[in-house]
Amino acid sequence: MRISMAVLLAGALLLGGCASVELRGTGDLGVVIERTRGAVQVIDTSARRSLGEIAGLGDLSHASVVYSRDGRYGYVFGRDGGLSKIDLLTRSLVARVMQAGNSIGGAVSQDGRWVAAQNYTPGGVKVFDAQTLQLVADVPAEYAPGKLSKVVGLVDAPGNRFVYALFDGGEIWVLDPSQSKERRVTRFPAVGREPYDGFITPDGRYYVAGLFGEDGLALLDLWHPELGVKRILPGYGRGEEKLPVFKMPHLRGWAVAGRQAYLPAIGRHEVLIVDTASWTEVGRVPVAGQPVFAVARPDGRQVWVNFALPDNGKVQVIDTETRQVIDTLQPGRAVLHLEFTPRADAVWISSRDDNRVVVIDPATRKTLAVLAADRPSGIFFTSRAQRMGF
Amino acid sequence: MKHRTLHPHRGFSLLLGLALIKVPAMLWAQTPSMPEAARQLELVKLVREDCGSCHGRSLKGGLGPSLLPEDLRDLPSEALRETILKGRQGTAMPPWQQFLSEADANWIVEKLQSEFPDVK
Repeated sequence: MRISMAVLLAGALLLGGCASVELRGTGDLGVVIERTRGAVQVIDTSARRSLGEIAGLGDLSHASVVYSRDGRYGYVFGRDGGLSKIDLLTRSLVARVMQAGNSIGGAVSQDGRWVAAQNYTPGGVKVFDAQTLQLVADVPAEYAPGKLSKVVGLVDAPGNRFVYALFDGGEIWVLDPSQSKERRVTRFPAVGREPYDGFITPDGRYYVAGLFGEDGLALLDLWHPELGVKRILPGYGRGEEKLPVFKMPHLRGWAVAGRQAYLPAIGRHEVLIVDTASWTEVGRVPVAGQPVFAVARPDGRQVWVNFALPDNGKVQVIDTETRQVIDTLQPGRAVLHLEFTPRADAVWISSRDDNRVVVIDPATRKTLAVLAADRPSGIFFTSRAQRMGF
Repeated sequence: MKHRTLHPHRGFSLLLGLALIKVPAMLWAQTPSMPEAARQLELVKLVREDCGSCHGRSLKGGLGPSLLPEDLRDLPSEALRETILKGRQGTAMPPWQQFLSEADANWIVEKLQSEFPDVK
């Protein structure tokens, strides 16, 4: 009885401490990474303003964020191997673990119970309890005896699994953390040279890894893993010499616009259009530079593209009906990322060298708002919580 | 003049300009083999921010290898300069010569091998 009184009292104190937190949902919230400060700004996409910041998140020079399925907590993966759990409502750091030497991202499992981190050093995947950040599974990406690979392109997949690619090993692995240590990984070897990133289609059926070391992509049909990994778009570069790539492109489920996926070509100033039923190339769009992000407007009508150096001050808009660039914007210097609100009333674009985030109406391309931010990079909305692959 | 875009031929056109106005030989002798202070700031930013997208802003490595002094100190600076300017075949390292002069690359190598400054 005495104990429960103490618990009640503690609860009352906590509630009292949180009295300043406004009662609200998180469906229109998100974060903007301030890469050199190791902080994020929590932003409200309805009011188009910053609500405050959460600091102390370590080295965020390459960072990404995924969300708990209630959209309240963000999991921030930092370059230094830190995994931070942040609360968007109280704007506070809830938990933080240093889980690797060098990490680039991760995903939350289908059931929301786990969060998986993909690591460069030591190469592998670690799975944590999403509530407590307690380690659940440690899966080194050992592709040959004693050889660990950097892990890229980690996504969650149906069946509460994770799928990812091994940059150095040239493999795709499917991880089921609920299985015993001997049975939890299904390996698909020799999928191609240097997979650099990957994505899963929004329906959770196909996993695609982009290859840096050769022309083409690797495709795994998760409905039919027994068929193995197929090469798609082989030799899309037609044997021509590659242009230099000054920044590695990124792939994720945002690439899919209706029936087609729009993918950055490597070493070519083109966006490749791939039919997601036949997985063949159906077209390509010449663009202003080496694409980094090709992001479909959620309704699939447009694809917005940003670029590597020296064209990183531009953003181009592709119309998916005519498959042509219909607009070239210059929203600021060093555009690092763009994110659509889930119903595409606005796209948020970060400009690192102009220290600002610009909010644009995708239909008219009019600027709706400009927010100050310190060297902003990634922009992550809580709508990612409801999407497969994030 | 807060921001200068990186231009491949800037150094060359500057030299050409100087030549055209017949600069005294004295001035030629003083032409710095080291980038000027303003250029050094640009180079620091380029290395931290743009090389950093593969090598990490702290330069301890990412998809690309570590560029910390302890990892580069014992490598020949000539080879490092060539790697920066011409890239490395068969790897993701691209040639940076459209952004950097030889003097720029030499300065970057020297700093990487000793202590690389942070962005001010």
